[in-house]
Amino acid sequence: MDNETRLGLYKTMVLSRSFEEAILRDYHADKKPVWDIGAGLIPGEMHLSAGQEPVAAGVCAHLTSDDAISSTHRPHHFAIAHGMDLRLLASEIFGRETGLGKGRGGHMHLFDPTIHFSCSGIVAEGYPSALGVAFAFQRQGKDSVAIAVTGEGGANQGAFHESLNLAALWKLPVVFVIEDNDWAISVPRDASTAIRSNAVRATSYGMRGVRIQDNSVEGVWDAAKTAIEKARAGEGPSLIEVHTVRLWGHFEGDAQAYRNDLDSLIDPIPAYANQLESDGVLSPEMVESIAQDAKSRVEDAFDFAKSSPLPSAAEVERYVFA
Amino acid sequence: MVLTGTQSESITARKLTTAKAMVEAISQEMERDPSIFVMGEDVGSYGGIFSSTAGLLEKFGPQRILDTPISETAFMGLATGAAVEGMRPIVELMFVDFFGVCMDQIYNHMAKIHYESGGNVKVPLVLMTAVGGGYSDGAQHSQCLWGIFAHLPGMKVVVPSNPYDAKGLMISAIRDDNPVIYMFHKGVMGLPWMAKNPHSLGPVPEKPYEVPIGRAAIVRTGNDLTIVTLSMAVHHALDAAEELTKQGIDSEIIDLRSLVPLDREAVLESVAKTGRLLVVDEDYQSFGLTGEITAVVAEKDPRLLKAPVSRLAIPDIPIPYSRTLEYAVLPTAERIVAAAKRVMA
Ligand SMILES: Cc1ncc(C[n+]2csc(CCOP(=O)(O)OP(=O)(O)O)c2C)c(N)n1
Ligand SMILES: [Mg+2]
Repeated sequence: MDNETRLGLYKTMVLSRSFEEAILRDYHADKKPVWDIGAGLIPGEMHLSAGQEPVAAGVCAHLTSDDAISSTHRPHHFAIAHGMDLRLLASEIFGRETGLGKGRGGHMHLFDPTIHFSCSGIVAEGYPSALGVAFAFQRQGKDSVAIAVTGEGGANQGAFHESLNLAALWKLPVVFVIEDNDWAISVPRDASTAIRSNAVRATSYGMRGVRIQDNSVEGVWDAAKTAIEKARAGEGPSLIEVHTVRLWGHFEGDAQAYRNDLDSLIDPIPAYANQLESDGVLSPEMVESIAQDAKSRVEDAFDFAKSSPLPSAAEVERYVFA
Repeated sequence: MVLTGTQSESITARKLTTAKAMVEAISQEMERDPSIFVMGEDVGSYGGIFSSTAGLLEKFGPQRILDTPISETAFMGLATGAAVEGMRPIVELMFVDFFGVCMDQIYNHMAKIHYESGGNVKVPLVLMTAVGGGYSDGAQHSQCLWGIFAHLPGMKVVVPSNPYDAKGLMISAIRDDNPVIYMFHKGVMGLPWMAKNPHSLGPVPEKPYEVPIGRAAIVRTGNDLTIVTLSMAVHHALDAAEELTKQGIDSEIIDLRSLVPLDREAVLESVAKTGRLLVVDEDYQSFGLTGEITAVVAEKDPRLLKAPVSRLAIPDIPIPYSRTLEYAVLPTAERIVAAAKRVMA
């Protein structure tokens, strides 16, 4: 793996984290003194992906804007790693007319046809539509692939199992990604799933499956390279499960009283910075300048969002039908 | 008329939130009947995302309070099977919006078995689920959808609007020998992390009691106009009624509390008195509750009406995320006032 690729992975992760730190700041800033989920410039449920950046960075490094992603209720890291315009993303989260969905969607409902990005707030229900995207790519003679994302909790949903079978049967160019962050809200993996690795399930459905154990961005990158190349070559779907980490609450405001692992969490971004520094790829000055660069891009997007107009109530019935 | 939250105030001083009233009902019934168990996502150590099961795991242990995988089809079907064999499950669907992934188990199985078996098989269970918007949770987490459940035969549907009814309807639902869909609005639960609705805290007797399923409550008496509504919108209607009084309009408010069975008599009696009807609903408008209530009057005697019926519901669009748009479609007090004035005009 060359240095440029490694640096690229690091930068992607930093940009995503920087974006979410800004959300965290603004989301909580105006929900005081009494915390109210519906109040403030960013209202509603907010699921942040901090800790899971290696999954998105490692997978998306192999994609172009002609490839598709079908993501989850926790979509920001994949949106950013896939190159979503930060201004349009931020504006949607702030509910503005300039947002991706003109304020109609919100953070769990991001649709960007220019990069074939979608997501769903219904667990595992982004899997089936990824099949259709892949089917269209195949029929249109493209070598594009569709990435379908779910959490480990979602891998117990019927839609997950039906999708694996159909994709394998029709050899669709899909890569199924499972972000195993140990938790589905308050339910730990061992209380939801009888087996330890979803790679086993992949095999049983007739496709290659791997499990990356250590939230390693380079491990994800390697596995995704193989899977995506296979899909592009017409060799059908694969599955990649990554043991990752949810650094923050399930959603903002989650007190996480159920959680007993908070002291042992490893933040993958400083960990990767250390690794790159000891390999001579990154210097402390570069760490600083990468962070600053990310910050200024994020602040530009947030300024744009906050100064954008809100949708007009008179237009509430627009866009139901084409 | 059955006791309502307001009417019972003189009897008891103890106040609970709607969430706590539900938990108390479940807890008291579980102590009485060992065949009851509670199942759903995050109902254990989390205590329910909307606090509908808070403290139950500590009290009854993991044999009776079960966190499930995110496998709604499997655990809805499990509830039905267990009920058929003599248990009394209480199963939570975290948001009603998620019914799509498991509806077959609900409407084709849970709801139809009693009929298909010629009455030989009973399915006594409670399916409780959170409904409603108003906090920018977007199109997949803000719906009410009770019209769908009420449309499909074989399920009773109850929708409490306050702590007193929440406890009494839960106890009735648990004791009922049918599947009962128990739909609680997030905004009336009294959650510490959501805007406080003053009506989400109210007097609740400590002893177990039933609120009969199928009986509406008159929560405000008036002579000029009947407002038929339910759930969170009851409170918006009460606020609207204060404003309307100032403008010389005296409204009567009916809290339906149950959709199946529906208390048609309560609607007809009130409309016979006022001659005017406004139906307010947080569910979608077309093919739903507002049309059904209108039909109740139209079928009985349209001459009861001195003016055309008015409906205020979510227009037939997905619930938008942005607050300016969402509040343009929710049945707020201001929109109820405006609709009431149209009926009076
Ligand atoms: C069908 C369905 N059931 C339940 C939910 C509520 N819910 C939202 S996220 C979540 C946990 C998901 O866990 P996982 O798939 O592991 O993803 P993570 O949140 O850990 O990223 C649940 C239960 C939902 N949105 N959709
Ligand atoms: Mg998870």
